[in-house]
Amino acid sequence: MSVLLIAEHNNKEFKPFTLNAISAASQINEDVHVLILGSNSDSVAKSISEVPNVKKVIHVNNSLYENYLAENYTSAVIKIAGNYSHIVCSANTFGKNLMPRIAALLDISQVSDITKVISEDTFLRPIYAGNAFATVKSTDKIKCVTIRPTSFDPAPTSGGSAEITNGEPGDASEVSKFLKKEEIKSDRPELGTARVVVSGGRGMQSGENFKLITAVADKLNAAIGASRAAVDAGYITNDHQVGQTGKVVVPDLYIAVGISGAIQHLAGMKESKVIVAINKDGEAPIFSIADYGLEADLFEALPKFLEELNKLNTIQK
Amino acid sequence: MKILVAVKRVIDYNVQIRVKEDGTGVVTDNVKMSTNPPDDNAIEEAVKIKEAGKATEVVAVSVGEEKAQETVRKALAVGADRGILVKADGVIEPLAVSKILQKVVEKEKPDLVFMGKQAIDDDCNQTGQMLAALLNWPQATFASKIEVKDKSLEVTREIDEGLETIEVNVPAIVTCDLRLNEPRYASLPNIMKAKKKPIEQITASDLGVDTKPRIEQIKVEEPPKRKAGIKVASVEELVQKLKNEAKVI
Repeated sequence: MSVLLIAEHNNKEFKPFTLNAISAASQINEDVHVLILGSNSDSVAKSISEVPNVKKVIHVNNSLYENYLAENYTSAVIKIAGNYSHIVCSANTFGKNLMPRIAALLDISQVSDITKVISEDTFLRPIYAGNAFATVKSTDKIKCVTIRPTSFDPAPTSGGSAEITNGEPGDASEVSKFLKKEEIKSDRPELGTARVVVSGGRGMQSGENFKLITAVADKLNAAIGASRAAVDAGYITNDHQVGQTGKVVVPDLYIAVGISGAIQHLAGMKESKVIVAINKDGEAPIFSIADYGLEADLFEALPKFLEELNKLNTIQK
Repeated sequence: MKILVAVKRVIDYNVQIRVKEDGTGVVTDNVKMSTNPPDDNAIEEAVKIKEAGKATEVVAVSVGEEKAQETVRKALAVGADRGILVKADGVIEPLAVSKILQKVVEKEKPDLVFMGKQAIDDDCNQTGQMLAALLNWPQATFASKIEVKDKSLEVTREIDEGLETIEVNVPAIVTCDLRLNEPRYASLPNIMKAKKKPIEQITASDLGVDTKPRIEQIKVEEPPKRKAGIKVASVEELVQKLKNEAKVI
């Protein structure tokens, strides 16, 4: 039995989360094959072949894969799926879009977003936005699994020399077409993958006051988050929302400012490594999960916090 | 154009989830239930397209126990024309739901099927994509903007790197992101009117779909508890702790 992993890339290099998915795949079984569907993507195939956990690279080099469309990818995967016991990819927008389409055509019930491999057919996965964890066992012949990248360490990138073989393209979709991609060009790290997140809640009182958050975030090279209450109040756009109905984040440091800690917000950030809460209400539920709580008026504490950060000689990036 | 919208009844997003002591699942008895939040966006979008004169009928469908009728009724109260409830008890995995919806689509022949991108209970994020596969229709997932063209849709998708725009021919499946629109509240007169709108009831077995789970749920547990932290007295102490104790800045 072997594991087929579908790589995410931009035809030049693979996306970092591919390494996390590879390391999860090799916990399922050591015989990990990576499928690269690309166009002029030799450099991707080469760098994947150097990952020591990878035993074989299947490279399909075809103009059909210049851009990613789930319909086109699925057709190519289905052609070789029968050779594998597991088909895996990252549980990000790439893999979430793709895997169910593959699974349904194979008549397989997919296991989504696993955070732990217990055995080749049994996995741990969060449900209710991490408010509960389910141990599940797949009874299907082939297991279709997506992997939560932040729950697995990335595989090393050098030392391997897997064989690269050429694979067959699938059929071209005539019903869907890629038009354009607008990548958010920002110096700020992306909310979902940032090492530090600074979030504001209803306590910020206005959108204007979020500049206090921005200043601290700039200093810490952090992403900016918000509670649903702050989004609903119109202080900030909802792409910043952290919580059950927004993004789930697991940074090294999460700073919650003026956030009381509604259940739906906690679901999106309580797996963070270190949590700081700044709130003037000492009874706010956020303090019950914070490693460091500061009971203070945020309008005094935030400028002071920035001032203290400025005094430090070095700040981790 | 006819739009079918799939809606799911889930535990309300404001409810504190409690795991059953025997580890068989989460407590649902006497717990407030609501429509899955992004399914509200799906209904809203369909109703808006109809109001813009680009769709003739919006049909809401739900798969689940008898009480899921309330979820269908709520969709009717915000503008869907009629409802369908496919009754099925127990755990119905996304694969089974998509097979049920495939049968409904074959009968209803909609041009578009909308639903939320993910349900906030099982967090699977599968049904729309699976339905698209089974029907061999194109899929536009995580939609934050939908433009209805002559025989196609131009859909802007929320992806990790930013936004992506694709064009899908009709018929198509669209799964909706929270950013797509602001769902309206049902007005009292519309809630009253919705009571008179028809809801057809069928069962999964009427449709010939086997809903037996393929995934065995071994146990459900509480997430690991965070150990209690400390309160710091000042900003200086906070920065000190973050630097020297937690070593995160």
